[in-house]
Amino acid sequence: MVNPEILRRSIADSRLLPILDKVCAGERLSGEDGLLLLQTPDLTGVGTLASIVRQRLHGRRTYFVRNQHINYTNVCNKHCLFCYFARSPKDGGPEPYTLSADEVRRALERHGDGCVREVHIVGGVNPRLPYHYYLDLLATVRSARPRACIKAFTAVEIAQIAEAAGKSVSQTLAELKDAGLTAIPGGGAEVLSDRVHAELHPRKLTPDEWIAISREVAFAGLAQYATMLYGHIETDDERIEHLLRLRTLQDETGHFLAFTPLSFHPEGTYLEHLAGPTGQDDLRMIAVARLMLDNFPHIKTFWIMNTPPVSQIALSYGADDMDGTVEEYQITYEEGRFGDRRQHLTSEQLHRLIREAGYEPVERDGLYRAVSA
Amino acid sequence: MSTVAALEKALRGERLDGREALELTQVPDLTILAAAAHRVRLRHNPDMVVTYIVGRNINYTNVCWVRCRFCAFYRTPGSAEGYVLSYEEILRKVREMVDAGGIEILLQGGLNPRLRIEWFEDLFRAIKRDYGRDGVILHALSPAELLYIARISRLSLLECLQRLRAAGLDSIPGGGAEVLTDKVRQAIAPLKTTADGWLECMRSAHRLGIPTTATMMFGSVDTWQDRIEHLLRLRELQDETGGFTAFIPWSFQPDGTDLGGQRAGAHEYLKTLAISRIVLDNIPHFQASWVTQGARVAQISLHYGADDFGSTMMEENVVSAAGCAFVLGIEEIERVIRAAGYVPCRRTTQYKRLQEVSGKV
Repeated sequence: MVNPEILRRSIADSRLLPILDKVCAGERLSGEDGLLLLQTPDLTGVGTLASIVRQRLHGRRTYFVRNQHINYTNVCNKHCLFCYFARSPKDGGPEPYTLSADEVRRALERHGDGCVREVHIVGGVNPRLPYHYYLDLLATVRSARPRACIKAFTAVEIAQIAEAAGKSVSQTLAELKDAGLTAIPGGGAEVLSDRVHAELHPRKLTPDEWIAISREVAFAGLAQYATMLYGHIETDDERIEHLLRLRTLQDETGHFLAFTPLSFHPEGTYLEHLAGPTGQDDLRMIAVARLMLDNFPHIKTFWIMNTPPVSQIALSYGADDMDGTVEEYQITYEEGRFGDRRQHLTSEQLHRLIREAGYEPVERDGLYRAVSA
Repeated sequence: MSTVAALEKALRGERLDGREALELTQVPDLTILAAAAHRVRLRHNPDMVVTYIVGRNINYTNVCWVRCRFCAFYRTPGSAEGYVLSYEEILRKVREMVDAGGIEILLQGGLNPRLRIEWFEDLFRAIKRDYGRDGVILHALSPAELLYIARISRLSLLECLQRLRAAGLDSIPGGGAEVLTDKVRQAIAPLKTTADGWLECMRSAHRLGIPTTATMMFGSVDTWQDRIEHLLRLRELQDETGGFTAFIPWSFQPDGTDLGGQRAGAHEYLKTLAISRIVLDNIPHFQASWVTQGARVAQISLHYGADDFGSTMMEENVVSAAGCAFVLGIEEIERVIRAAGYVPCRRTTQYKRLQEVSGKV
């Protein structure tokens, strides 16, 4: 750890110095602090502040997971304007699909091996799927990947599954847990703001409903992840509001494992006219999340969206988790559709990225337990 | 000298010696190195402006007998895939650049035994004859090419430089420096100009009043010690002549090269850039290498000592032959500069700003 004098001297924007004092004292930052962190031109200083917290919590450790993604259906009735992936049941759209249990098994077995420690399952909200579809899906994954944690169904999907089951959310969660569910992924929160909700995804859960379901997840004894989709129409105030709402909820439940800022990719969506975030925005969101979410154990850089080089740099801006090897991910863009963006990294490549940046790779499972070699 | 003491010295803006510079490489905090580098940047370029030049890269030949092991672009003399662009083709490319509002032709190729000084003189005169009044600037021929042209034309380097300047040469690109230690050059480019030869060529150019840039291609077989030696040798020459306008570090692109191996990552690039900016305290401008790093990392490099986005290029053939293919339009260049909190501004090869900008912080 560098000495306090060097830290002071390396921060160019003097308005950040009171925040440095708070960070060094382990004090909680206010919403106003958060806004300043989003708006100061001194991104380097913000990164230095976030690194203090990251180092205190994790030292030089950087987590990654051998994981596989299953996107079980792209049929969705939510019509969110920022989505590239979804196809509506009505429009019949180009290539709508729903994977059968057999197809899921084959997809899992096409890649990876017994080393996979997390299977990440999300899909569209497809009202035609019966309750047993989801239970079968979990059973299939559990038998194909017995050593993996199953991280499945965002809060939005949980609401739909409960409806298909005709049961309460808490009863549904208990049954899904019995069927093998370990944790709930963070997608679908988007920005926890009523304005953004009304403009971009009015058919989805409201921010209050998302929080209510997250509480149920905590009561059910399941772990959860949280995200924020940024870089579209949201304001700085709304970004901070989102982080503060998550922080308050986590104070109450303590069940969130990690926060992942999701960098919006406009290509192919209804918001294609927007430019989308740059590398600068991606690093800043990582750093601000690390500083504001003082009660979240982990901040993850999702390299599929941030790209591997920016994710490597993000380790010096507060991130302690590089996500994983990621197989079969289809949501942000199809393989090859926008040039040669890779949708897969080997664990050797992840090791190399982490080590080159001077950090120590730690392989984890879906609950952040270290996997011994 | 401890790491902390070296870092404190860097943050105070004092010049570091070789041992202190090596200590700096032990600093684990990337953003603190960035802060120290940014201070040197602000000393040379105090406003929040990031410049770029509208220009075109032209590779007049890929024929080269030197067989550098890090290069995937060259074809040896006699190869069926070798080419030399005709004057017509080159002039057409210059016209396309002028039509796109460009002013700088970056002309580089290989060490081709068939091309003597007359070929270049005639070409330069033709370009200046047709496009001189459009303000076209010839930023042409790296030291290895210049030394070779002099040799096969039986001229001294000085005569060669004088004749090329008379024909229209304005400025010399700092390519081919790789890492200026003979150990590294022996390993990756044994037949190329020595480190002394490269520096001597630049010294001669500076004495004639021809400005040049300097580069460093790191991440092949070089150690930090080699990189620091490179920086110190450049710093020494710059103290003597003041003729370097800019420094451009970029990372070795291994695909398809004889040397092969792994590509240095973004962290290594930013760390090298920042330490270079701190150590090489007397060269006014540092370019971000979007060609090798992509727009996202190039944008971030604007906080690590870079104050310039280089050329719009229009075409690139050398590192793209080694598996590196980024393209950026003017709009995107300006967008990422603005999103990083800077004001974009077009410039000449001599870093004269072409637009009135207010770069207040």
